[in-house]
Amino acid sequence: MEETRIAPNLTAKTPGSAPSSASKAAPASPSLETARTIVDVDGVDFHYHASKALKNINLKIPEKQVTAFIGPSGCGKSTLLRCINRMNDLIDQARVTAGAIRIDGVDINASDVDVIELRKRVGMVFQKSNPFPKSIYENIAYGLRIAGVRDKRIVNETVEASLTGAALWNEVKDRLHESALSLSGGQQQRLCIARAIAGKPEIVLMDEPCSALDPIATAKVEELIDSLKEHFTIVIVTHNMQQATRCSDLTAFFYLGSLIEIDRTDKIFGNPSQKQTEDYISGRFG
Amino acid sequence: MTGDVKTSSTGLQRGKIKRRPDFFMVLTWVASATAVLTLLWILESIITPAWPAIQKTGVSFLTSTVWDVNRDRYGALPFLIGTTLSSLIALCIALPLGVFIALFLSENFLPFGVRQFIRFIVELLAAIPSVVYGLWGIAVVIPLVQQFGGYLSDSLGFIPLFQGPASGNSMLTASLVLALMVLPTITAISRTALVAVPSTLREGSYAVGATRWETIFRILVPTAAPGIVAATILAFGRAMGETMAVAMLIGNSPRLSMSLLSPAGTLAGLLANQFGEAQGLQISALMYAALVLVLLTLLVNLAGEAVLRRAEKSTAGIR
Repeated sequence: MEETRIAPNLTAKTPGSAPSSASKAAPASPSLETARTIVDVDGVDFHYHASKALKNINLKIPEKQVTAFIGPSGCGKSTLLRCINRMNDLIDQARVTAGAIRIDGVDINASDVDVIELRKRVGMVFQKSNPFPKSIYENIAYGLRIAGVRDKRIVNETVEASLTGAALWNEVKDRLHESALSLSGGQQQRLCIARAIAGKPEIVLMDEPCSALDPIATAKVEELIDSLKEHFTIVIVTHNMQQATRCSDLTAFFYLGSLIEIDRTDKIFGNPSQKQTEDYISGRFG
Repeated sequence: MTGDVKTSSTGLQRGKIKRRPDFFMVLTWVASATAVLTLLWILESIITPAWPAIQKTGVSFLTSTVWDVNRDRYGALPFLIGTTLSSLIALCIALPLGVFIALFLSENFLPFGVRQFIRFIVELLAAIPSVVYGLWGIAVVIPLVQQFGGYLSDSLGFIPLFQGPASGNSMLTASLVLALMVLPTITAISRTALVAVPSTLREGSYAVGATRWETIFRILVPTAAPGIVAATILAFGRAMGETMAVAMLIGNSPRLSMSLLSPAGTLAGLLANQFGEAQGLQISALMYAALVLVLLTLLVNLAGEAVLRRAEKSTAGIR
């Protein structure tokens, strides 16, 4: 059964319609070379109050690949990540001051863009898992309900599909109505991933998703990322360079608000072009 | 320290150590005992004089509506209902108002300075003495209720709740002023509960595409709900015990009436009005009423504690 998709339309509120949850007849995953650009960061400056956090960032994020942002603390990688779904709007006096971020060609900071619709198309997983103090089922149903989905059957199917997609279904299928807070840390984070993918976003942003998890839970999440990229574009911020090596196709190295180098992961870690990149990767600073 | 204590080479002491009770521990025990004993003493000094009335009237004290001092017949039901009803109505007004004010104080719809100012004003409301509320009620609220109540009984008087005549001293007047008096409690505690919701939950909600009001009503308020309920119960307890302002405004009528616009009475008001000149069995009956009031407020406060504890358990684990 083919999945019907609403044509991407950021400038008008689309009526809530749940995407079918049956598995997508997905085209073969594009390789890095042939993937089209889905997010185009074009000459972007970003300020928190008067301090410049991002300087002239130019990068293109390819569709259905895993892009990693790496760099020392304070280099701006999380800031840039949060720009993509405009979560920085929640912070007082934080704004893009130059350039544009375009998703599918549309500048997301334009005045006629509906930020709510944007966030339905760009999901986010946070560093510390933040499930709502509701049941496991309700955590995932929440996003659907606020999108206007009333049909219980669709909600049930989507909940199952998302939990399966997040490799959590088998562990929780018998206790969907228990509190989400009764899950372990790793399970909670996978629940948050399920919640993020429930609305079938095009892009999933992950801000150091494993930094609060133990190695086994981390391994499960990394496995998950690998399977998710078949359906979603993933951008992951990570401090863990081994993780970037394991999980990502493309890596971007940031330092003090600037993009130093962006290239295929194997090239960045094997034979970087910039000295700063090499210094960071070999642990000479950061 | 005494006893067979051996000090090892590293300075650790092993063996039986007998501790002399130190001054601080004694003080702590004395303080705790004083609190418990005082409560028991108060209860005893109410129950003992109330005993004759308890023996004579028994449970009918709580079911009879006849409070006749001359014939020594005592039924406190009108006052019991008056206490409960006036507090409930006050809560119905103060709860939504208080929660909305708390929302405006916890979210950033308004600039920080404005929010602090409003917080200060609401807390000032709590500082106004009860008798002053009573005076304000007499000067301002009674004429208003008389006029407005007149309209109400003219148009909706067929409903027993709004049956005229609209007396100034009435259940409605007392409830309105009571609402104002418990508003600071509800606002302050609700605000604390709302602010305690971690911002990570708000972010999680926005990240799945919720609007601000959706986040507030579907995530924020439900998460803060146990704290808000605790605030409500505490406010309820305070309203029931409120004496001065209510006695000045409610009319202190021993007659049970369906209408909000008629005078009524509360247990606290009954005690304030009649105790000074009471004699004989009446004193005992008033003590019985006092006992009922104390047990009522004790029960409500215990319920509030229980809810608060369950609330803490259900939200434990949110990091």
